[in-house]
Amino acid sequence: MRFATRSDLEEYIGSLKKQQQKQRVLVCMGTGCLAKGAEAVYRRFAEVLAREGLDVLLVLDREDVVEQHFALCPTGCMGICETGPRVRVEPHGIQYLRVRPEDVEEIVEETLKKGNIVYRLVQSEVLPDGRVQHWPLIKDDPFYRKQVRLVLRNCGTIDPENLDEYLARDGYLALARVLTEMTPEDVIGEIMKSGLRGRGGGGFPTGRKWQFARMVKADKKYVICNGDEGDPGAFMNRCLMEGDPHAVLEGLVIAGYAIGAQEGYIYVRAEYPLAVKRLRKAIQDAYQAGLLGENILGTGFRFDIRIKEGAGAFVCGEETALIASIEGKRGMPNPRPPYPAQKGLFGKPTVINNVETLANVPAIILHGAEWFRSFGTATSPGTKTFALTGKVKNTGLVEVPMGITLRELIFDVGGGIQNGKRFKAVQIGGPSGGCLPEAFLDLPVDYDSLCGAGAIMGSGGLVVLDEDTCIVEVARFFMSFTQSESCGKCVPCREGTKHMLNILQKIVDGKATLEDLALLEETALVVKDASLCGLGKTAPNPVLTTLRYFRDEYIDHVVHKVCPAQVCQAMREFWIDPEKCRACGKCARVCPVSCISGRPKVPYVIDQAKCIKCGSCFEACPFDAIVIKWRRKGNA
Amino acid sequence: MERLEPEVALGRSFEKVNAILEKHGYDSANLIAILQEIQEEYRYLPEEILTYVATALRVSPAYVYGVATFYAQFSLKPKGKHIIRVCDGTACHVKGSEKVLRAVREYLGLREGENTTPDLLFTVETVACIGACALAPVMAVDNEVFGPMDEERARQIIEEIEKRSEVS
Repeated sequence: MRFATRSDLEEYIGSLKKQQQKQRVLVCMGTGCLAKGAEAVYRRFAEVLAREGLDVLLVLDREDVVEQHFALCPTGCMGICETGPRVRVEPHGIQYLRVRPEDVEEIVEETLKKGNIVYRLVQSEVLPDGRVQHWPLIKDDPFYRKQVRLVLRNCGTIDPENLDEYLARDGYLALARVLTEMTPEDVIGEIMKSGLRGRGGGGFPTGRKWQFARMVKADKKYVICNGDEGDPGAFMNRCLMEGDPHAVLEGLVIAGYAIGAQEGYIYVRAEYPLAVKRLRKAIQDAYQAGLLGENILGTGFRFDIRIKEGAGAFVCGEETALIASIEGKRGMPNPRPPYPAQKGLFGKPTVINNVETLANVPAIILHGAEWFRSFGTATSPGTKTFALTGKVKNTGLVEVPMGITLRELIFDVGGGIQNGKRFKAVQIGGPSGGCLPEAFLDLPVDYDSLCGAGAIMGSGGLVVLDEDTCIVEVARFFMSFTQSESCGKCVPCREGTKHMLNILQKIVDGKATLEDLALLEETALVVKDASLCGLGKTAPNPVLTTLRYFRDEYIDHVVHKVCPAQVCQAMREFWIDPEKCRACGKCARVCPVSCISGRPKVPYVIDQAKCIKCGSCFEACPFDAIVIKWRRKGNA
Repeated sequence: MERLEPEVALGRSFEKVNAILEKHGYDSANLIAILQEIQEEYRYLPEEILTYVATALRVSPAYVYGVATFYAQFSLKPKGKHIIRVCDGTACHVKGSEKVLRAVREYLGLREGENTTPDLLFTVETVACIGACALAPVMAVDNEVFGPMDEERARQIIEEIEKRSEVS
């Protein structure tokens, strides 16, 4: 099917909408569910439906309604990846979790044929009084109740590899409207009015970015979709590219039209093979349908999209580094100005937008700026997707209106902390963001509030930490990440992150002094001020926020040599239980620093001053006589 | 697919490299894609080929070497047939990915500084984030993601692959 004009497209969409599928079985085929065996479940459904003769298309000519009884549909991510593989039955909105191939028969028999719910497969929760609460319907599930799905409108609902499914939900209508009714200035005006801000983390107004690029005169311009989601702990963009690739393409074409570009690139991380595969398929289908390429919908507008795969470098998420990488160079950032909007890819004006930003665009064009502003807050309209992970019950992909509090996000949507533990902190914005403690739980999640608290929105990674997590160790972890990802071009970032990591390592090893702590803070501020690009400028954030909100825990490590969360191995002590010790001498033989001594028939003793806490003796002892004690304040 | 000794490989399939270069129009803007495809072919980037690519693209060998060493994906040393990537992203880290990594390395008998088994069957890498954080801790073998992991499951998965390799 190739659409020569807008009315061709509208007519086709109209005919798709008339096809009523009585029931749809949606099987999540996101990376998470695939890892849990979704493919076998999907195949089993196909088999059973075929055997039962339920996959037959019944075309009834009555009133021009095409009727299909059961449609089986592989979809993108539905959200709670931990409970995968997930299956949804529409139109009832019944959701099943942890579905195995052997459950399929029962679902077909009970739910599809009789409309009953298979309770053992639905979301449930044991209430404090011992009763079990079931949430068979998606609309009642607390995980979905506070979510607003604008960006993820199709994710988990349509087959991402089938263009018709996207079209049936008004796909490419926004593009059609833009090309036939709106001037590029109109488009920019609408996006400006909507107040859409960059979802990659910085929060720069998208409309303004487009306007800058629009105003520059050049023979060639580019738009780039930034899908280099490198934050450890974030996967929103992956889900979007895998679950609704056409929305990203449509947004990119509209951006191209707005700034006057005819070429677009999608830069995707090498670690996301499935996203690349589905984007390629989507691009191919869009070309065939006349929605990409020459003379789109007969308007004379042409646009081409190419995919560039990254090769594993976090810094390439930074605009200028990403441009260098697309040009086939080392992905190192360049000083700005000139901004990419003036001089970007191959020296031409370039707009770079995040995947999520672009996926918002078609919805804004279709429903209008006013509609978009009805979600979120005045300065941060719309919604934000988050990857909710860490020690939270419902880990997965969520989308909430801006301005929701962290408490609602973590405790209502996320279901609270796993295993009845206590909430300790939440890390927002990945290695560039900050760790916020309990006192900030009522902070609204929007660009400005988070900035004020020392964190950043980031692309949307949200890692929840509980009482068993050592804050200092987490800060060290992030620093080791940014240090190894620092490209080495500017001194503050290259050397500063290295020294900060050294100090943090000293702290968790129990060898640091208070002077080290002061030096850590000073270095952090220099790196933040003096680094060339966003990576270095934000790398100290985890250290600075943890020093601000969890200074006591640093002091415990530095002064008392105590790790309250019992994580840092150097804060342990090994003792030999004289009752259990048979004086075999094994421990003394394996000890690498020879700090265990003893004589035959007398219990051995560990010299605490010399012990390096390697744990060799603990593993060697055949009588379990070695005990590990965590140092506490006061008994040090 | 067995690994070819570089000399044999070079003699035999400079044609392959030429085909890859041809496909990308001998354009240095496509250098990353070119190197990715070469690595796909050889499982690493042999030095001779890097020099050859530089000459063909009319850039200096240093330029190609610079790109090849900048990105984590590229390896100048032969990699194993199966790539085990243990995720050490934030979510996996707080859920104990280090234990998984230790178990994998121990099982394969890798010493400090070694990433590839002597029989070139496995290479073990850590990766900052696979993007399957909800299943943390996760591990990917080639392009298949497994999670949540513990030491025992990690060993089982590797054993499974070892068995399959013996059969084939």
